[in-house]
Parts: sequence; structure tokens; C-alpha cells
Amino acid sequence: MKRKAGMLADHCSGLPRWIQRVAISVAFIGNVAVAHAAEPIKIGLLEDETGILAQGGTPKIHGARLAVEEINAAGGVLGRKLDLIVYDAQSDNRRYQELARRLISNDKVDVLMGGLTSASRVALQPIAERAKVLYFYNNEYEGGVCDKNVVITGSSPDQYQAVVPWMIKNVGKKVYTIAADYNFGQTLGLWVKKLVKESGGTLVGEEYIPLSVSQFSQTISNIEAAKPDWVFTAMVGSNQVSYFQQASAAGLNLPMASPINGTLLYEHKQLPPPVMANMYLGVNYMEELKTPENAEFVKRWHAKFPKEPYINQPAVDSYIGVKLYAKAVEAAGTPEREAVINAIETKDICVDSPEGKLCFDKPTHHVSHPIHIMKVEKDHSVTTVADLGVMPPVWLHEKGCDLAKNPQSTQFTPN
Amino acid sequence: MDIASLVLQFGSTAAFLLLSAVGLAVIFGMMGVVNLAHGELIMLGAYGTCLSYSHGLPLAAAMICGVGLATLAGMILEATIIRRLYGRPAESLVVTWAVGLIVSQGTLIILGPSLPSIPTPFGSFVLGTKSFSAYRIVLIAASVLSLLAVHFLLKRTRFGLHARATMQNPEIARAIGIDNAKIYRWTFALGSALAGVTGALYAPTMSIVPTMGGSFIVQAFVTVVTGGGNLLYGTLPAASGLGFIQTALTAAFGNLLGVLGLLAAVIVSAGVLPNGLAYYLSGKRVS
Repeated sequence: MKRKAGMLADHCSGLPRWIQRVAISVAFIGNVAVAHAAEPIKIGLLEDETGILAQGGTPKIHGARLAVEEINAAGGVLGRKLDLIVYDAQSDNRRYQELARRLISNDKVDVLMGGLTSASRVALQPIAERAKVLYFYNNEYEGGVCDKNVVITGSSPDQYQAVVPWMIKNVGKKVYTIAADYNFGQTLGLWVKKLVKESGGTLVGEEYIPLSVSQFSQTISNIEAAKPDWVFTAMVGSNQVSYFQQASAAGLNLPMASPINGTLLYEHKQLPPPVMANMYLGVNYMEELKTPENAEFVKRWHAKFPKEPYINQPAVDSYIGVKLYAKAVEAAGTPEREAVINAIETKDICVDSPEGKLCFDKPTHHVSHPIHIMKVEKDHSVTTVADLGVMPPVWLHEKGCDLAKNPQSTQFTPN
Repeated sequence: MDIASLVLQFGSTAAFLLLSAVGLAVIFGMMGVVNLAHGELIMLGAYGTCLSYSHGLPLAAAMICGVGLATLAGMILEATIIRRLYGRPAESLVVTWAVGLIVSQGTLIILGPSLPSIPTPFGSFVLGTKSFSAYRIVLIAASVLSLLAVHFLLKRTRFGLHARATMQNPEIARAIGIDNAKIYRWTFALGSALAGVTGALYAPTMSIVPTMGGSFIVQAFVTVVTGGGNLLYGTLPAASGLGFIQTALTAAFGNLLGVLGLLAAVIVSAGVLPNGLAYYLSGKRVS
């Protein structure tokens, strides 16, 4: 400090001492303020570029990169650029935890984003909370999270499970569930039970399958024995996706419904037709969605990522996650966590997206999505069979989730 | 649940165990090399098949290309690395695990996270009230045929005689003029080729991803460990026994208990029959 005083004193020599001191202070503060303004806002992103979830995770990274590029090209946020720091979590929940700690302590990110499976979300959430870093989960999931420190931009069952009552009304009353055996699959199974009962259907069987299983001739026989009208599937990971090809080869030929098989690992693009024929998907986004915004978005995406075979739903959740974060920071005037959370809970924060205009649902930190029911045809083209309009996460409202009035960290399940 | 369906389910499960294990049974069972890259050799068989098929080859020819790729990879692996690790099981475990990682992640980097799948051939047939994939019959037949073919190769051909001699007593075999290095090289190539056959055969039923070797490796090792060194007296009864347990439990209670039951059976068998089934079924140590 003495040195600096000396240097400035040379320039300010002749001025009274107190003015010199004021000038030094202003210069010091001014430097700090300028340095801060030029400093980018850091988004820490953890997704799976390798491992069994790589196919689903890589487009998510691309979605975030595209959003960051677009925001920076338009001038950034509060005059600051967005800096996206990405680490590969390798489809391993322990990596997620290690790398989250690195992003928080070493890279000092302003916000943590990422995770594909709900297991990874549950691994990250306490780390972010303890470090007081806001956490964005940009993926569809099993619903029910009401958490002050978590923002979820993907859709939840009270939005996409509208496909279940639709199927019971239009395809048949008897349902068989096959789902991956972890929190996501199990909770989705509970949702199917709840909605089947409410719609007057019957659940004729269900099975929760370990993620390592890749041979399904017995599962297929069990389904045949139960004689359902349609099958609800929530198969996760490349091992489980083999089910569809094996079921089609065995001549099972039942209509299916799912929130993820077609949207996450784009099975209809990598499995030969007609394996995924008669699969009905409850979604907020698919690449085949026919909105004017999406037509333009798909072109932009494929121009930037020419090798990407498909834009899956989580890729767009990731894209809108970054855009909504940027809007929230702007509304708050600072990336400081409490202010951003307060902005989400009190201000109207909306973005334009390939789904159309999307806004935060203030009390729940979720997003109100327009929901569509899409059908995969015999040649694996996709048609929209129903547009259900913008659906806020009403079930969470029913459960009393209002994070402004009643901050908490819970997950509700239907039972 | 009707009998025909259960028999077919059992056949499918046992065939999967058998085909996963047959390549490893030759390499681990006969040579004592712990090859943790076995899953990646299977993956290369599937990838070779898939790439050839997407370039227009008919499926059978594509499968031969897949086997060729796996055999080539195995022979390169043997010439560069495995050769230095005979008689060193701990090192071979670590080194082959590393090779497996390099191969699977390398495939991910070069070819991306997945390849378009191959349609399952031969359609389906109906038996009573159930319909089945006809290709499953092919897999069951192929598993038995490959086992018999390798058994025949080892018991009835000159190469097989020399191989068995080398495995039993390398010094004496060398003394009577058998080139040990050559035998090891060709036995490893045989094991790799068999892994390639597995990958090629299962390619039209699975997602083609670089980590697909992981779907076979546990089955391969548990079957080989339970069975012991001999193919006919070890690997075959092991695959049948474990397959029976897994099929029964899955049919009654679902996949989770089927997998747990399989692994529990392996643990029990390793405790009760530590030298593998072959030791006890054949009455003496055979190779």
C-alpha cells in the first residue's frame, strides 16, 4: 500500500494529503470493480461424455455450449461473458461427486449444472447445498423435488405422464410396466400405478430390471403371459435399450408408452425399423416437434454439431437451463445465489426456446412446459398425436411446494 | 407358464453364458491368462460385424469379418503384451484391464457413442400362446456347436494334441519338438476368435456401444471359474447349471433375483468346489 501511495503521490504531488488518500481509495476500488465486471460468470457443467450414458450425455454438453455461445454473442449477462467449464463424469456417480467438489473449490463456479440420472442428481445435491452453490438439474426425471437450492428445467411426471391416461383411453386398459431398477424407474412405476387407478385401468404386471441386464427373453415371456394391452417402458442405458430389438424380434408387437425411450437415447434412430413402431412418447421436446422455433433451432444445431445424430430431450433441457439461468442472473442483477433464487421465485423469468416460450414456475423452481404426445410410426418417423398445452407442475403445488414461503429440501413421491 | 417357453428361456440363458465363456475358457481355462480384455474382444467382434454390415455385406459375411477383427486384435495383443505375462497372473490381470479400457474408450473416441443396430434375422415363430424370436434358436445351436467344435479341435487334431501337451507340461513338450511360443500364440488366437464369434452372433440383438463388452465379462468369468479348465466337463455343465438357476429365479421372481441367484450360486460353488466342476465331473484333473 505504501508503494502505491508513493506512485500516486508522484502524480498527485502538490494536492492535499486527504485528497491523495481519497484518490488512492477510488483507484483501488475502481480497479476491483473493473476487474469484477470483466470477470466471466462461471457455469460448472458435469455430464457423461463416456461410459454407458455417453450417448445421452454428449448432446447435453452441446446444448449448454450452444446456449453459452448465443448468450455471449448477444453481449453476455450483465456485461459479463459466460464461461462454461465442463468435466466428464464418465457415467460414474463417484466422479460426479469428485468433480463437483473440484468445480466448486478449484474453479469457483457461480452455479453447478448437470447430471443425467436421478442417482447422479441425488449425489450432487448435498454437495452443492453444503457449498452454498445453486444447482441446476437439466433433465426429465421422476418428479417431486421441492428444494430451495435446486432448479429443475426438465419435465416431471405430472407433466409428461399425461401419456398414461391418454393410452388407457385410446389404446387399452391393461398395462404392464418395465422400468430400470433405481429411484427414477421405481418412482415412475408408482406414478403409473397412481394414474392407472385414477383412469380406470388395470396394472397386470410390473418389473424393475437391474441396469446391467442385456438379455430379455424371459422378460418378454413374462409380459406375454400377462397379456397387457400396452407396455409402459422406462429402460435406461444401452444394456436395457436392447430390450426393444429383442421384443420386436420375438414378435411381441404391443403398443408402448414411455417418457424416455425415444427421447433420451433416440432409440428410433439407432434401432432398425419397425422395432420402435407404436411407441407413444410423453415429451416436452423431440427433434421432430413441429414448431417454427424448432425448425430454425434444428438447423442451427446441425450446423454447429454436424456429427451429432440426434437432438435428444435433455439436450434442449440443458440449452434452456443455461438460458434461464442467464435470464435469472440478469433479473437479479448479480450471480449471487440468494439473489438469483429470489429472482426465480418472484420475477417472471421466461426465455424463447425451440419448445416455444418457457417460464419458470415460481414457487417450485421448475419450468412450465408445453407437453405433447408423439407417436413413432412403422418407418420410425414421428408424428404428433396430441398437444396438451403448457402444463405447470401442478402436483407439486398440490403437495404444498412453495419455496419462497416455505424453503425446504424434500422429494415427494406418489403413494 | 408352459414348459416349451421355459425350455427356450433356459436355452437362451445357458447359451448366453456358454458363448460369453467359451473364448475365455480357452485362454483362462487352458493357459491361465486372466484376460480382462475378453469383453473388448467380444465388442470388436460385434463392431466388425456392424461396420461390415453397414457397408453392404450380407450378415453372414459381416459376421466373418467381425470374427476376423477380434482374432486379429487378439493376436496383436498376444504378440505385444500377453507373451511377456505368461505365468504372471496378477500382472496379466492389471495389464489386460488397462488394454480393455484403452480399446473401449478408443472405440468411443474414434467411432462415437453408438453404431446403428443390425435387424435381428429370421423373424419370430409361435408356440402355443407365446411367440419367440427364431434367432434365439440359432444362438442356442451356435453355442453348442462352438463348444463341440473347440472340443473336437482339442481332442482330435494334431494342433489340439500339441496344445494340450504344452499346457500340461511345457518343458517336456518342448523337449519333443513342440514350439511353445507358437502354441500359445495360436491358442490365444483361438480364444480371441471365439470371443469374436460371440460378439458377431449377439450383435443383431443388442445396442452396439463401445462398452458392450461389459455385458458379457461377468458371465464369462463366473462360468469359467465355476466350470474349471475343461470345456466339455467344466464350461458346459457350469453354463447349464447356472443357466438353470437364473432361468428359474427370473421366471418366478424377475431379473433382479435371477442375477442375484446366479451370483450366489457362483459364490457357493467356488466355496464347495474350488477347482471347478471339471475336476469333480471327470474324476481327475483334465485339460
